[in-house]
Amino acid sequence: MAQVTLGKAINTGLRAAMEGDSKIVIMGEDVGKLGGVFRVTDGLQKDFGESRVIDTPLSESGIIGTAIGMALRGYRPVCEIQFDGFVYPAYDQIVSQLAKIHYRSNGLCPMPVTVRIPYGGGIGAVEHHSESPEAYFAHTAGLKVVSPSNPVDAYFMIQQAIACNDPVIFFEPKRRYWEKADLDMSQTPVGLHDARIVRPGSDVTVVAYGPMVKTALDAAAAAEAEGRDLEVIDLRSMSPIDWPVLLGSVRKTGRLVVVHEASVFLGVGAEIAARVSERAFYSLEAPVLRVGGFATPYPPSRLEEDYLPDLDRVLDAVDRALAF
Amino acid sequence: MPESASAGPLSFPPSPAVPSSVSTPGPELVQLLTPEGERVTHPDYDVHLGDGEYRDLYRDLVLVRRIDVEATALQRQGELGIWASLLGQEAAQVGSGRALQPGDFAFPTYREHGVAWCRGVDPLKLLGLFRGVSNGGWDPHEHNFNLYTIIIGSQTLHATGYAMGVQRDGAEDAVVAYFGDGASSQGDVNEAFIWASVFNAPVVFFCQNNQWAISEPLERQTRIPLYLRASGFGFPGVRVDGNDVLAVLAVTRAALRRAREGSGPTLIEAFTYRMGAHTTSDDPTRYRLQSDLEAWKLKDPLERMKAFLYKQQLADAAFFAEVEQAADELAARVRHGCLTMADPEPLAIFDAVYAEGSSLIDEEREQLAAYLAAFEPTAEGRSS
Repeated sequence: MAQVTLGKAINTGLRAAMEGDSKIVIMGEDVGKLGGVFRVTDGLQKDFGESRVIDTPLSESGIIGTAIGMALRGYRPVCEIQFDGFVYPAYDQIVSQLAKIHYRSNGLCPMPVTVRIPYGGGIGAVEHHSESPEAYFAHTAGLKVVSPSNPVDAYFMIQQAIACNDPVIFFEPKRRYWEKADLDMSQTPVGLHDARIVRPGSDVTVVAYGPMVKTALDAAAAAEAEGRDLEVIDLRSMSPIDWPVLLGSVRKTGRLVVVHEASVFLGVGAEIAARVSERAFYSLEAPVLRVGGFATPYPPSRLEEDYLPDLDRVLDAVDRALAF
Repeated sequence: MPESASAGPLSFPPSPAVPSSVSTPGPELVQLLTPEGERVTHPDYDVHLGDGEYRDLYRDLVLVRRIDVEATALQRQGELGIWASLLGQEAAQVGSGRALQPGDFAFPTYREHGVAWCRGVDPLKLLGLFRGVSNGGWDPHEHNFNLYTIIIGSQTLHATGYAMGVQRDGAEDAVVAYFGDGASSQGDVNEAFIWASVFNAPVVFFCQNNQWAISEPLERQTRIPLYLRASGFGFPGVRVDGNDVLAVLAVTRAALRRAREGSGPTLIEAFTYRMGAHTTSDDPTRYRLQSDLEAWKLKDPLERMKAFLYKQQLADAAFFAEVEQAADELAARVRHGCLTMADPEPLAIFDAVYAEGSSLIDEEREQLAAYLAAFEPTAEGRSS
């Protein structure tokens, strides 16, 4: 079994999808000859040609707007937005058109468009290259929003996203692109919107997605040394959210800490805290605590270690949850 | 440094005043029918139609206007939430709509009722949107006519992407993207021009320049005639008399042919006038002169076609009476259909949010259903 990086796993998943469906086209800036700035589409234009792997003008609204038109013509576009902070010029096309056309057409016009967005910080980049805008999209009806945390999920989830007849915003944890894992392509994946318990535990549930799953697992390993047994859930899908897995865990542990890089204020964690409080009120031994970015713009990279949730901040929240 | 040096050859001249060519067409305007209904020739564009085809164009113009007038009346009577009138733009829409081949695909704004008519969309389905029973209302693929798009200019990118799909299919279909003078200021429209140009996409950009973007005049959108914008993007632009159905037909046919032949996009500026309000919520008396309206009435697209048919002896009084009767019958059908249009059921709110469903939508649908059920009469005849 081959060890592959998360970036290579997505590349392999894209290739597998394209081999199986001639209507799949890749569109984005620098996705062709260069293979994308993170090389996620490396080699695909060489093998599938310029009509299926399209180097586009530098125009994000154009990427999504034309992908919508291609979807109306029966194609299945996979768009790459080069960096999280570059998605806003396309925001109108995503929320006003892509998300709403199936509804507007009363189901006659599906929009099987995947929008890949490398997101999150931790790579020492300049402004607009480290953001976590997932809540904007999860808040928009008509979109589905997912994020893999590891190479195996990345390989399967990109194919599931492409196969989905709904628009899927596919957030790629860019700082984990180089993480490696054994990839067994013959296994049967769980559903695209299923959360997964990646580390069973009994004391506190820690839920994370994308880049923060590794942080949560590291925190759980450190907590174990202190005799605390954390259950870690990889949410995988921020819209829709797999409530049964989440609620089942909270009913067992009685404590929940939500971790994401995005600002805590009105973030995905806010929705999780509200729903869990509604549905598992009598199981909770402590309020749901959130660990995430501050209510500031993403800071200059020399400050990002202080901005981003890390192992210690997760454990701090775990301590606070256990103190109730 | 002396002052004269800073005003030397490197300085730029002040921007000129908006040239009159922006809002007053010159000889570049393609016209085959004068406002008086005289048939004139043009070196590059022409149409040769059978007698019946000329009459059919006139019939379309009349019927489309009648739909519009009826819809405006229905709005005034509270039956529609709003209506965006096409009054004055009938020739631009019928001329371009009738230029389309069955396999061609049109992407409208929210005012293309005349194009919808040409594509076989029942006017009642248009009314459904403005009445508020649907956000769409018809099957875009059945008519090759996309749903109305309300965000200004968005559909030009959809049209361009669709045309890129046509290219990949190796098909000979063409695509037309409708938009207005106001939309020409949108980023999406300019991006669509770039994409269509660099990919040589088979799309015709059909701009109905009706002189007004709600209250803002053309001069607030452009300092050059809109059709000239195309040259900056690397494809041809042409300005046609938008109130001349024959010229619009000829120019659109030529542009569609060019697209089909693989020669790429064309910008058509159909120079016309929005005779009505932007929508029924608007009040044009606040921002434009009655005298402008009077001047444009003399260029009416229906009157010139009627004069042409008379002068050429292509139609007689019986024909015009028959068209009027058909218009009356259509209006009656539209009115009746509108008044009897049922509201959707409350739970339809949740229909078709997703193609593959969503646990969140399922949950909320159940919640609303349970809530509504609480108001249903019980077996005892009272609310539980």
